[in-house]
Amino acid sequence: MKDKDLKSREYRSVTQVAGPLMIVEGVEGVAYGEVVHIRTPGGEERMGQVLESQENLAIVQVFEGTRGLDTDETRVRFSGDIMRISLSKEILGRSFDGLGRPIDGGPELIPEASLSITGAAINPTARAYPDEFIQTGISTIDGMNTLVRGQKLPIFSGSGLPHNDLAAQIARQATVLGSNEPFSVIFAAMGITHEEANFFMNSFESSGALERIVSFINLADDPAIERIITPRMALTTAEFLAFTYDTHVLVILTDMTNYCEALREISSAREEVPGRRGYPGYMYTDLSTIYERAGRIAGRKGSITQMPILSMPDDDITHPVPDLTGYITEGQFVLSRELHRKGVYPPVDVLPSLSRLMNEGIGEGKTRADHLGVSDQCYSNYAEGRDVRSLVAVVGEEALSERDRLNLKFADAFERQFVTQGPDENRTIEQTLNLGWELLSEIPEGELKRIDAKYIDQHYKKASPAKTGE
Amino acid sequence: MTDYNKGKIKSVAGPLVIAKGMRGCEMYEVVRVGNEGLMGETIKLIEDLAYIQVYEDTTGLKPGEDVIRTGAPLSVELGPGIITNFYDGIQRPLLAIKEKSGDFIGRGIDVPSLDPEKKWDFRPIAKEGDELQGGDFLGEVDESKVIAHKIMVPPGKKGKVAEIKSGAFTVNEVIAVLDDNGDKVELTMKQKWPVRIGRPFKEKLDPKEPLLTGQRIYDTFFPIAKGGTAAIPGGFGTGKTVSQHQLAKWADSQVVVYVGCGERGNEMTEVLMTFPQLDDPNTGEKLMERSTLIANTSNMPVAAREASIYTGVTIAEYYRDMGYDVALMADSSSRWAEALREISGRLEEMPGEEGFPAYLGTKLADFYERAGRVLTAGSEKRMGSVSIIGAVSPPGGDFSEPVSQNTLRVVSSFWALDTNLADRRHFPAINWLTSYSLYLDFVRNWYDENIDKEFMVIRGDMMAILEKESELQEIVQLVGQDALPEADRALLEVARMIREDYLQQHAYHEVDSYCPKEKQFLMLKVIVKFYTEVKKAIELGISANRITGVKIKDEIARMKYEPNQQFSKRYEELIKSIESEFESLRNQ
Repeated sequence: MKDKDLKSREYRSVTQVAGPLMIVEGVEGVAYGEVVHIRTPGGEERMGQVLESQENLAIVQVFEGTRGLDTDETRVRFSGDIMRISLSKEILGRSFDGLGRPIDGGPELIPEASLSITGAAINPTARAYPDEFIQTGISTIDGMNTLVRGQKLPIFSGSGLPHNDLAAQIARQATVLGSNEPFSVIFAAMGITHEEANFFMNSFESSGALERIVSFINLADDPAIERIITPRMALTTAEFLAFTYDTHVLVILTDMTNYCEALREISSAREEVPGRRGYPGYMYTDLSTIYERAGRIAGRKGSITQMPILSMPDDDITHPVPDLTGYITEGQFVLSRELHRKGVYPPVDVLPSLSRLMNEGIGEGKTRADHLGVSDQCYSNYAEGRDVRSLVAVVGEEALSERDRLNLKFADAFERQFVTQGPDENRTIEQTLNLGWELLSEIPEGELKRIDAKYIDQHYKKASPAKTGE
Repeated sequence: MTDYNKGKIKSVAGPLVIAKGMRGCEMYEVVRVGNEGLMGETIKLIEDLAYIQVYEDTTGLKPGEDVIRTGAPLSVELGPGIITNFYDGIQRPLLAIKEKSGDFIGRGIDVPSLDPEKKWDFRPIAKEGDELQGGDFLGEVDESKVIAHKIMVPPGKKGKVAEIKSGAFTVNEVIAVLDDNGDKVELTMKQKWPVRIGRPFKEKLDPKEPLLTGQRIYDTFFPIAKGGTAAIPGGFGTGKTVSQHQLAKWADSQVVVYVGCGERGNEMTEVLMTFPQLDDPNTGEKLMERSTLIANTSNMPVAAREASIYTGVTIAEYYRDMGYDVALMADSSSRWAEALREISGRLEEMPGEEGFPAYLGTKLADFYERAGRVLTAGSEKRMGSVSIIGAVSPPGGDFSEPVSQNTLRVVSSFWALDTNLADRRHFPAINWLTSYSLYLDFVRNWYDENIDKEFMVIRGDMMAILEKESELQEIVQLVGQDALPEADRALLEVARMIREDYLQQHAYHEVDSYCPKEKQFLMLKVIVKFYTEVKKAIELGISANRITGVKIKDEIARMKYEPNQQFSKRYEELIKSIESEFESLRNQ
């Protein structure tokens, strides 16, 4: 090996610039994944990362865009290190751009640790299975698709739907019953509008929670390629807080569709063989390295709960972004345009929504013994009621059987009373379940096949009218 | 002087590394890449260039670093200690990795697959002077409470037993010496086998016995045979993983190999937590005592994911060779195919459908063909089987995509998960109209002899009712239920009973999670009895409304939750109640 200071290898040998990529030739000993500092002819500093390293050549993706780069004057310095973020406890309450630089006018952090942002996979034998119920105060979530600590549960939405309101409400209201452990929210924005970002910040501020929030913000007019880094910055921060400072962290990632588009942009610039709809074939793997960073570790106190938000292009749940997300995450909340049009807030369509970890987080000692039964039964009657609703459109209400008529009534009541609640209405799990019983008491007892008989005895037609609201 | 055992990295891109100076390196040879010695496998050779898929994260690798050949293909270590263990995709024990690198998986960790320290109590079976060949038993050790691990002569080795020991040994100590025409062959309890090559056997046999799963939809309607293959395709949220877990828990095979291939970390943790606690209905011991788990979660390196199903099936074949019935669950083969696609893309191969390589179908067929009931190697006549059940995750739940289609071509049981059923919480969400099993004819005799001759007949009647229901539903959608004749309306009620009270099975209910074959038969007979009474009543002109209002329906609905042991008593009661209620209906 030639003796050479690896820390400061500066080159002026850029030979190609195309899309978000730049090729530097004549380089030596460049590591895959290494961070690159670029100085444009105009004197601007930019950052990049090595995507492919060959003997004399490196392919670099430039985060802030390649505008202004040339193949003559541009200087490229290889840092000798991979992408890292400096972290300290002081990070709480701060705001950063998509690459982790402060944007709140505050000072740089004095780092306690400098961590690689790619992270490493949690050893499955080291994980603790998530089973602590998080009460969000929202009936469709707590009652029907319960969220637990350490879960990754995305919101599938569409443009124009109130997913931001819902996410903000969850962030404000989420508590673990009987727990006073430190809790913080990490907010990573990828390509959302200024307005949306403001909405979140205001909402956090009004709840007085700003000092437990860390935000990483890449707005719609910020460089697209930066979005590849943003969620990883946020999750590395989350891991640091969760596993060094025993904090329970809720990570909100919005909007993952923009992230995937940035991924597609790089892939097509590299002329890779595309998978579905031009997204790269490795998108599943790439997304999993983000989503799988949620979880709990046995013997450590903190946890990371993830709530990614993504907009389904054309409300299509089979689009690659929601599709691959759904295969990795532990369920999904699906927002419905139809409910939204009917004025139902939150417009969570419980039929395609799902929480895979619900079973472990509910029941005796966690929520209430009858929880699973109530949820299954409401689900089933609502599903049937919805079927009947489409049937009515064809055959008219007269042709319905008694059973169908009851289910139809149930579906309407379910949407009006159970699903609908105010943006500041925080229902306890008791209230939610009692509300469920109130609706189920309209169905003949014998039809309640999904509930254990002893709970029917306890609760059927006995639910005190649910008190809701503040 | 050229060192043929060592090359240099030429380029790095994601999991693919190209090394130069590798002339003489073989296809699929394992190499150690870079200063950290990351494990990789050669997948393409051009002159002195070797294309290597690396099983660990390649961040930080630089051109110029060493690539060292090992001279051996990717292999697994086979011997006592596999059962109850928990491996990653290239058979590194995850607990040992945790000891070395902590809660997060580090890189370049080299840990032996089988514990080199642990002593096993070896009891010889062969005697000095015996002529042995590959596959013959040397002796056995108690690997777990239920698995007697047979120590076999490795394939290809043979000779007269010159020496055989007895007592406690590690897997690396010599326990027997064979004399192969004067050559001394020293044998330990461990053997190595390359994962991409199927282990030898004498003859493949037709499937004969069903692999009973305790799940009504499979056992009754779409059985898989021991040594058979099945696919469970379904969009997300349809319950692929729960189905796979249920099968791994309750299938009546003696050994279960569960491969979590590119799936969620928490799911593997769930298996890890529940299996040591659940009782195996066949042996009474804990389920973990017969299971081994291979977990390569989605965020673990993609090349190791590609290898994981081969690691799993090789282990399965090894236990098959001992004469066991082994079930392998692969969740999910789509993730494996995606790993294949990713590597293929990096190799810049010409893509086939949806970017998958053109050899996807061949590779899938090769994998599923390693299932089967066989006459094992060895001089003794011994049967063993490997059954493979693969989950498929079609994008958008659309079965027309290449992985589903190529899988369908090679598997004989098809259990189609249906998003509509899942949305209505009908679990297992297996669509009874589109699913099929080609093993029905193979296992029919077994059912006749071991359950009842009536069983298959009733199954046929039930299927006919469900078929008829779907036809009637179309009419109902157009004109409403009132327009149907009374008999058809009653039939709809019976169909609903089959769907809700028989097909739906609650995976998390302590009783309903596992339904023994005897109970399945009695439950079917209850429904048949009900249907017979319904038909009688209709003939007497009793209106469908009155028939569908009978109270006994609610009791039938709860029969699946009745304890399995006492069910025959409950069955008699139910039959009586059905008779008496219809009796009074007729007398009104």
